[in-house]
Amino acid sequence: MKIHKYDTVIVGAGGAGMRAAIEATKRSRTAVLTKLYPTRSHTGAAQGGMAAALANVEEDNWEWHTFDTVKGGDYLVDQDAAEILAKEAIDAVLDLEKMGLPFNRTPNGTIDQRRFGGHSRNHGEAPVRRSCYAADRTGHMILQTLYQNCVKEGVEFFNEFYVLDQLITEVDGVKRSAGVVAYELATGEIHVFQAKAVIYASGGTGKFFKVTSNAHTLTGDGQAAVYRRGLPLEDMEFFQFHPTGIWRMGILLTEGARGEGGILRNKDGERFMEKYAPVMKDLASRDVVSRSIYTEIREGRGCGPEGDHVYLDLTHLPPEQLDAKLPDITEFARTYLGIEPYTDPIPIQPTAHYAMGGIPTNVMGEVLADNTTVVPGLYAAGEVACVSVHGANRLGTNSLLDINVFGRRAGIAAAEYSAKADYVELPDAPESFVVEQIERLRTSTGNERVATIRRELQETMDANVMVFRTEQTIKTAVEKIAELKERYRNVAIQDKGKRFNTDLLEAIELGNLLDLAEVMAVSALARKESRGGHYREDYPNRDDVNFMRHTMAYREVGADGSETVRLDYKPVVQTRYQPMERKY
Amino acid sequence: MATPVLDKADAAGQPEPGFADSPYITVTFRVRRFNPEVAAEATWEDFQLEIDPKERVLDGLHKIKWDVDGTLTFRRSCAHGICGSDAMRINGKNRLACKTLIKDINPEKPITIEPIKGLTVLKDLVVDMEPFFQAYRDVMPFLVVKETNEPTRERYQSPEDRERFDDTTKCILCAACTSSCPVFWNDGQYFGPAAIVNAHRFIFDSRDEAGEQRLEILNDRDGVWRCRTTFNCTDACPRGIEVTKAIQEVKRALITRRY
Repeated sequence: MKIHKYDTVIVGAGGAGMRAAIEATKRSRTAVLTKLYPTRSHTGAAQGGMAAALANVEEDNWEWHTFDTVKGGDYLVDQDAAEILAKEAIDAVLDLEKMGLPFNRTPNGTIDQRRFGGHSRNHGEAPVRRSCYAADRTGHMILQTLYQNCVKEGVEFFNEFYVLDQLITEVDGVKRSAGVVAYELATGEIHVFQAKAVIYASGGTGKFFKVTSNAHTLTGDGQAAVYRRGLPLEDMEFFQFHPTGIWRMGILLTEGARGEGGILRNKDGERFMEKYAPVMKDLASRDVVSRSIYTEIREGRGCGPEGDHVYLDLTHLPPEQLDAKLPDITEFARTYLGIEPYTDPIPIQPTAHYAMGGIPTNVMGEVLADNTTVVPGLYAAGEVACVSVHGANRLGTNSLLDINVFGRRAGIAAAEYSAKADYVELPDAPESFVVEQIERLRTSTGNERVATIRRELQETMDANVMVFRTEQTIKTAVEKIAELKERYRNVAIQDKGKRFNTDLLEAIELGNLLDLAEVMAVSALARKESRGGHYREDYPNRDDVNFMRHTMAYREVGADGSETVRLDYKPVVQTRYQPMERKY
Repeated sequence: MATPVLDKADAAGQPEPGFADSPYITVTFRVRRFNPEVAAEATWEDFQLEIDPKERVLDGLHKIKWDVDGTLTFRRSCAHGICGSDAMRINGKNRLACKTLIKDINPEKPITIEPIKGLTVLKDLVVDMEPFFQAYRDVMPFLVVKETNEPTRERYQSPEDRERFDDTTKCILCAACTSSCPVFWNDGQYFGPAAIVNAHRFIFDSRDEAGEQRLEILNDRDGVWRCRTTFNCTDACPRGIEVTKAIQEVKRALITRRY
C-alpha cells in the first residue's frame, strides 16, 4: 500500500473533472484519479451542443434559458441553481472558446448556435437557437480542449486508478472527508490518497440498463462509494431516456439532428410529434418525445416486422447540410446499420441516457450529508452530482453546460477550502474495506458469473423501470434486484492476477450497479406521481401537493447486517416560477 | 404494462432495407495472449464463437471475456468509435474493435487480433500508452495566445479559417495511426503521426500564435522529416483523418514558413 498526500483530489477526468482540475491546479496541489485515460471519458460522446443565451443569431437571454430549464425539469429543479447555470453559461462558453475550442462559426465569425429540444424564445413561444456547437462532436471538442488545457496547466493525472472507497472521519460529531482509496489497474496495488478536499466527477450509471447510450465504464462508482458510507443520493428515480438511440444498439443520435430539421415518423410516415407537442413538435423535451415514441409503438404504429421502433428521417435535408452539421451520426448509421441517411430513414428507439439524480450538492458543489448539512471537504460535479439543475428531466445541451459551470465552481471551492483547511486524520487501516472487497472477489469459490447477473439486471431494468412504470413493474424490479444482490455474494472471477485485472474490475462495477439500481427502484416505487422522466401509468399526473420534493435515499444497515434503502425528502427551491402545466 | 422489451436478439421476420437477415455464424478469434504473471512468451489462442455478423469485433471479445475466459484483457469504453480505447491489430490492420463489424473482415477464416505495434505490451491486448501521450504532450497541444490579446467576448474566426484545421480536430488519440507507422516501429523516438496531427490542429488554427515554436519542435531529427509517406497512418485512422496530408502540410509549412 502507498499513501499519497494532496490538497485536492479529483475523482474522474471527464468534462466536470478536468474543468475542476484546471481551476484546482492553479490554486492547490491537485491529483486527478481516473479509471480510464482522460480522453476516453464519456463527455467525448456528447454530440449536439452546449446551451448558452449568447444571442449570436437571434434574440435570447438567460432568463428565458432559466425558465426552459425549470419547465424542462418539470418544476423539480432548484430554481436558484438553474439561474446560476443559465447566467454562467455565457462565460462558460466564452471560456472554452478562449481555451481553444473550435466552435462552428457564423458568417461574421461569431460562435454559431442551433435549435435544441425544450429551448424556446420567451417562455415557450417557439424554438430558439441557443446551442453552441462543433458539428455533432461538441462533447469530443470539449473533452479534447479541456485535456489540452490540463496539459498546458501541468495537471497531475493518475491514469487507470480506480477509486473504490471514500474515507470519512467523524470529528466532533461532524462527518468530514479524509480522502479516497484507489486500486491501480496496472499493478493491483492499493493507494490511499489523503486529501483536504475530494471532488467526485465520475459520471453516470447508465450501465444498469441494457439499451443505453452510456459507455461500458459508466457504472456509478462515485455514487456507490459515498452511498456506502452513509451519505444520501438524491432523485435517483429520475433517469432520462433519450428519444433517438440506434435501434437495439442504443448508440446516441443527437437531438441536433432534429434541431437541423430531422423528423420522427411512424410506420405510416406520419410526423407523429405534431399530435403530442403542437408547438415544439420534434423538439419537445426528451421525456415527452420518448413517451410519444413508445405510445406509437404500443398502439401498433411502430416500424419494422416487430413494430418495435420508429424512424428518424433526415432524407429531406440536403446532403451538404448532413455532411457539415451531422457527420458523425450519419457515419454511425452507415457503419452500424448499413443505412444511407441521405436516402433512407434511420430506425431508432429511446435509449437510457442520463441520470438526473446523484450525490446531492449545493451550488458550490459541496456534498450534503442530509437536507442541509455540508460534508466539509467533499464536493461533486457533473452527472455524478445532483445540484439540482435538471430536476425530473434534463434539457439537451444542459449537461455539457452543467459540467463546465459546476465543474469550475467545485474546482474553485474545493481548492479554496483546501488552502485553509488541515488534513483530517485518516481512519484506522484506511485500506481495509478495499482490501477485503478485492480479496473476497479474488478468492471466491462461488458459482455465479458477473456477466450473467449483469445481463439479468439490465433486462429487468429495461423491462420494469424504463419509460413507463407501474407499482407492479417496479416491485418486480425490486424483487429481482434483491435476488441478484444475494446471488452477487457468490460471484467468482476467473482472473486471480494483479496485473490489469479487468475481470475483477467488472465484478466491482457490478456491485455498484446493483446498489444503485436498488436505490433507483425503491425511490421510484415511493414516488406515486408522474413527473419528467419518471412516468407512472398508475399515477399519470404530476402531484405537486405530495411530491413537489426531492427524494433523499440513505443506506441503512440493520443489526443483522441486512441492508435497506431509507427514503426521506427535501424541499424544492422555488424563486421566480410557479409550477404550471407542462405543454410543448 | 411494462415498457416493451425491444431488444430481442432472435427477432425473426422480414428484413428491412439495410437489415439483411443474418443468422448467427461460427467464427474463430485467434487472439495474441500475453501475461507476464503466467508466462514470459506471448502465444496465440483460438476461440470459437457464435456471433451475428453485424456485431462488432468488440462484441466478440466480450463474448469470450464474459462467457468463456475472464482473463482475456483489453481496454474499451464507449463501444462506438469515439473514446479511442480499443485500437488493435485485426487481421494485420489497425482498427477500433468497436467500429469493425464481423461481416466486414471475412469471417470465413480465423480473425487474428493482436495488440497495436511499437508500444510495450503489458497484458494481452493492453499496451503501455505513456510514450504515445508523451509525444502528444511534447508538441504543445494547446492554443497559445498572448495575454494582452484576450478579448472580452469570443475571438472571431471565419468559417473558412475554422474549416482549415477541421480534419485534424477529429483525432481521438487512439494511436491507430502512430502504431501503424514503420518508422515508429523501428525508432520509438519518432513523434509519430498522432502527435503531428495534433500539432497541425493548432499550427493551422488562425487564433494560435505559437506556430513557429511547434514547427521548430517538429523540425527536430525525430520530427516530421522522419515521415516516409507510406500512408499506413491514413489507412489506419478510424476517424477518416487524412493523416499523411496533414504531415505533408506541416512539412511544407516548415519550408515556406507559411501557415
